[in-house]
Amino acid sequence: KLISVVSESVSAVEQKITAAFKVFDYDSSNKVDVREIGTIIYSLGCCPTQADIHKFIAEVEEEHSGVVFLEKFLPAMTKVLLENKFPPIPKSTILQAFKVKLDQKGYLKPEELKKLLMEEGEPFTQQEIEEMLAHTDREDNLIYYPKLINKLTSDLTQ
Amino acid sequence: CMHNTCRYCMMPIKEKKIAALLIQRWYRQYVARLEMRRRCTWNIFQSIEYAGEQDQIKLYNFFAFLMDHFTPASSERNLISHIFRENEICHDADWERYFCYKGIEVPDSYSGPHLTFPMTFCGLSKLMEAFKHKQQLHARYVLQILGETWRFLRILPNINHVSVCPTKEITICGDLHGQLEDLLLIFYKNGLPSCEKPYIFNGDFVDRGKNSLEILLILFGFLLVYPNDVHLNRGNHEDHIVNLRYGFTKEVLVKYRVHGRKILKLLQKIFSWLPLATLINDKVLVVHGGISDSTDLEAVTRIDRHRYVSVLRPPKMIRHMLNGNKAVISGNEDATGPAEGRRRVRSLTNTSNSAQRNKMPRRSLHNLPTTGNQLNCSVEDELRKRRRLAGFDQTYNEIKTSDSDSDPEFGESTETHGQEWKQVVDLLWSDPQPQNGCIPNEVRGGGCYWGPDVTEEVLGRHNLQLLIRSHECKQDGYEFCHNRRVLTIFSASNYYEVGSNRGYQASSTCRELTLRQRCTRTVEPLLESMNMKVLNLGLPWRVLRPQLVNRAQYGMLNYQQWIRELSITEPKPEVSDTSIMETMYKQHSNLETIFRIIDTDHSGLISFEEFRQTWKLLSSHLKMEISDKAIADLAQSMDFNKDGSIDINEFMEAFRLVDLSTHA
Repeated sequence: KLISVVSESVSAVEQKITAAFKVFDYDSSNKVDVREIGTIIYSLGCCPTQADIHKFIAEVEEEHSGVVFLEKFLPAMTKVLLENKFPPIPKSTILQAFKVKLDQKGYLKPEELKKLLMEEGEPFTQQEIEEMLAHTDREDNLIYYPKLINKLTSDLTQ
Repeated sequence: CMHNTCRYCMMPIKEKKIAALLIQRWYRQYVARLEMRRRCTWNIFQSIEYAGEQDQIKLYNFFAFLMDHFTPASSERNLISHIFRENEICHDADWERYFCYKGIEVPDSYSGPHLTFPMTFCGLSKLMEAFKHKQQLHARYVLQILGETWRFLRILPNINHVSVCPTKEITICGDLHGQLEDLLLIFYKNGLPSCEKPYIFNGDFVDRGKNSLEILLILFGFLLVYPNDVHLNRGNHEDHIVNLRYGFTKEVLVKYRVHGRKILKLLQKIFSWLPLATLINDKVLVVHGGISDSTDLEAVTRIDRHRYVSVLRPPKMIRHMLNGNKAVISGNEDATGPAEGRRRVRSLTNTSNSAQRNKMPRRSLHNLPTTGNQLNCSVEDELRKRRRLAGFDQTYNEIKTSDSDSDPEFGESTETHGQEWKQVVDLLWSDPQPQNGCIPNEVRGGGCYWGPDVTEEVLGRHNLQLLIRSHECKQDGYEFCHNRRVLTIFSASNYYEVGSNRGYQASSTCRELTLRQRCTRTVEPLLESMNMKVLNLGLPWRVLRPQLVNRAQYGMLNYQQWIRELSITEPKPEVSDTSIMETMYKQHSNLETIFRIIDTDHSGLISFEEFRQTWKLLSSHLKMEISDKAIADLAQSMDFNKDGSIDINEFMEAFRLVDLSTHA
């Protein structure tokens, strides 16, 4: 599992990072488009904020070129993983986050969720919120978020 | 915010912000991981994809070879001959009668949309709304729309000519493949087709997705309402042989159990009448596949495109006899046919010739002459010898030369016929390659790989600036190559806007359709097809397994165990009960193709005898031996009707999904 990274050796970590990087390295030139960096970081089990990602990119991007080379990415990302800088969010935490909004009812109205996620934090785009809502089973026009959480986490179970 | 507490939910503002950020992070991670998984499986999917097409063509050539070189027992012959009976002599009037919708009543209980003709924008809106709500259009209206479409397409030239004035734009849409949501999304984001918003749809509207028919009905509807502003190009999937394998045939038969066959037949005609390409301002060529070094648009305009009902095979079927006797055989066959059928008609917009144009040459195989020159072998005896010749090793060049027989019906030269067919195949099946030259496309089994030098030469020769094509999956949705002279646009989630005033520069909207957009496309269908083929291709199964998505259980219990074992070891093609299951699993789509071919009346049922013969054919195709007893035992374990017939749909359902992660 990607989560227990700290207990792995550095070389194992580097291998993992390199593999993830190469997925987006289409012409095998050891570079990727900077816009893919976020995806790569997430896929390695991290859960940074957008602000975290931007900060990270600023450190690894080749100036004004829109690309990131493996030589820079690897050490920076290794550090991130070994220090567990952007730990993943446990299911219980996410459940709690939903509950905070909701008085433990166990469901909420789409408009409420939409308003929250598009106005606060690092706002969702229209596209993002629509996609997320598309995953929900809208019974009686309410979102049962425990179901949503289960669905999205189980989709990726390894 | 002035208050510390939200007045709506009484929660502290700060906590709301924290919660929002958490949820956003969490969701974005989910999306990214999905994207990563999708990327990882991409190449695998592509290789499976092309391998599938190659398989299809091999299978088809195999059957064709059988038909050409054997006199199977008549019962065997009937099994497969009908797929070649593509163009029977029939007057327009006969077809009109056959396709007539008037006798079909719409019951009061029908809750779907009612359409009036001629089609209007209002009708189109109703139709799209209905499809959004998963309603099905009544067969009567389906046939009406298709009938109108057929009549309209016949007056179109082989190459659409479109003028786009400097202030306007035209939108070009790549392969849709039955994904209705994608089409509706494009309409939502880009606007509906209209006089102000011309569109070109570049083929492959059907197969794979589950709403191929709905997409066709919408596209045809727009074609009828805005005939000058909507243009459809034929893709390689607008082909009933390909549809047998890739799901469109099944979709229609399942959705329309009573009228499905008629609908399919009419669609065959419509597909053959779809234009082959579109030319914008005489500068930009839009075609589904691509070109080859022999592409000659002038020659293309002269072709009778509708003779190519299936582009996989040229229309004439009279073959040499084995001893090399190139005798004219057609004399016997066409003794009863009208003389007009033999005259080649120029396919331009001259509608006065349409009556003549529709007299097709007869291509029935039931009248194969029984001269002494013929091999009177049963299928099974000869198959082992002929297998290698039957097309497994057959290269494109062999196909090409073997098809350029003289066609006595038309009195045309050999060369012209073969060349004409090549023009069509190349347009619909070719792919670009980075290196110079032009070689047969072995991966797909049809068309060419053409290089940048060919692009320059062909575009130069025709005084064109750009070639826009689809046909290949591009993950970003689009890709330039050949010094930006060729643009590939693929998935329906991406489309390309061409504005004359922009000098055909790529629109920024392409890249906007970002990672996020692609993530919404379900990964499952890709993985599903991957499941089936992985074993065949020797892919790193162990690596892939952990990445597979949880699926609902839907399989036969007795071979899930086997699947699990297979995932660890290489399958061995020995004769045993296990190997039949193996074979079925690996070859299920080949099997289904054959079943559907055999099911001549499209009833969804085949007899036990036909089932047995299918296995015989398939086993020789696979170079495997399967005993009659093994087949009988297999049939025993299937749940089929008391009358000894097997429901194909039920049979194939068993292969649909296999849940592997529960065994992980």
